[in-house]
Amino acid sequence: MTKQEALLKYVLRLADNVSILGHRLGEWCGHGPVLEQDIAMTNIALDCIGQARNYYQYASKIEGIDKTEDDYAYLRDPLDYYNLLIVEQPNKDFAYTIVRQYFFDVFHFLFLQKLSDSKDKQLAAIAEKAIKEVTYHCKWSGDWVLRLGDGTDTSHEKMQHAIDILWTYTGEMFLMDEVDEILLKEKIGVDLIGLRQEWLKIVSEHFKEATLTLPETTWSQKGGKQGYHSEHLGYILADMQYLPRTYPGSIW
Amino acid sequence: MDTTKNKVLQEVWEILEQVPDPEIPVLSAIDLGIIRDVIFHDGKIEVVITPTYTGCPAMNMIEVNIKSILQENGFQNSMVTTVLSPAWTTDWMSEKGKEKLKAYGIAPPVGKTSDKHVLMGEEKLVCCPQCGSNHTELISQFGSTACKSLYKCLDCKEPFDYFKCH
Repeated sequence: MTKQEALLKYVLRLADNVSILGHRLGEWCGHGPVLEQDIAMTNIALDCIGQARNYYQYASKIEGIDKTEDDYAYLRDPLDYYNLLIVEQPNKDFAYTIVRQYFFDVFHFLFLQKLSDSKDKQLAAIAEKAIKEVTYHCKWSGDWVLRLGDGTDTSHEKMQHAIDILWTYTGEMFLMDEVDEILLKEKIGVDLIGLRQEWLKIVSEHFKEATLTLPETTWSQKGGKQGYHSEHLGYILADMQYLPRTYPGSIW
Repeated sequence: MDTTKNKVLQEVWEILEQVPDPEIPVLSAIDLGIIRDVIFHDGKIEVVITPTYTGCPAMNMIEVNIKSILQENGFQNSMVTTVLSPAWTTDWMSEKGKEKLKAYGIAPPVGKTSDKHVLMGEEKLVCCPQCGSNHTELISQFGSTACKSLYKCLDCKEPFDYFKCH
């Protein structure tokens, strides 16, 4: 794999993570538990989609062919999507959405901190911009983890249930493959293994305060980064890509 | 030559004062601090802008408005380029802009981002733009647009938008 091929895949992975998570959060629009939280989730979705646009635009520059950001978002099949499995997991209930968001937000924050030192100027610039937004995301999901974890018996139970299921999707965030290794050597990519300790420290201290328990299992789901997804992604893309695929080239 | 160039650039900066933020029309693109540079080369104008928030839908609109107002003023084929770094901060908002925001009913950003308390996420005292009381309370970090959060005044009981320090 050349450095160029690795960089393209790396950028698409970052783009797909925020694009799919943004879509999931957007599904809450009009269904949030209270108006303010409906607005919060769609605000965060907007940040995610904005970040995805930056990455997709950069991907098209790397490929150097006549492709737009929309081509990447709307005309690729599940096997060509490289997002982490955690971001495509369904919203289920508010607790489930919060836990998914919190696990990803803390990782995202630590990851962007490192990426803003990347030797790749464009990735560093996108990260520098995104981290200001992700700081708000971390605060929002972190506050809800506390409030629901240390809340009523029902909210606690729902949070713990969500943690027990989603926990097995967190390991994938810290797995390195050939793409990550090539770019780490070039000082473009991030050392994911190195992030794990800090992530675990932040999450476990916060869970302790929220009276929630971290599962003990170390087994992890994986494959999203390589294009192997849970069945959920197919449904997301069917929904997201319906219009541009049914009416190719339509604009408004 | 240089004086003509400077004159043109000054004219463009003045024209850009008339480009409003589509979401908060009392603010111009210049008040917001999103115009980073104006370059004059080969008889064409290039305006360099930076987004406030990555996903802000107003940015596309501002870009279109910049091009059309320049065209109306006789500058053909002007270009708008977007840069991400250094990332936009409310520190770049003009004092005039902050005054206009307050008069419009939106509390302007309090303090500078270089202030450590802001970075640590500590809440600043936000004054109610209606009655001036600092007896206010945060309702939600996220408001009607990406750049604002929701507050309420505990004295006059009015809810209001706060332009976040970012």
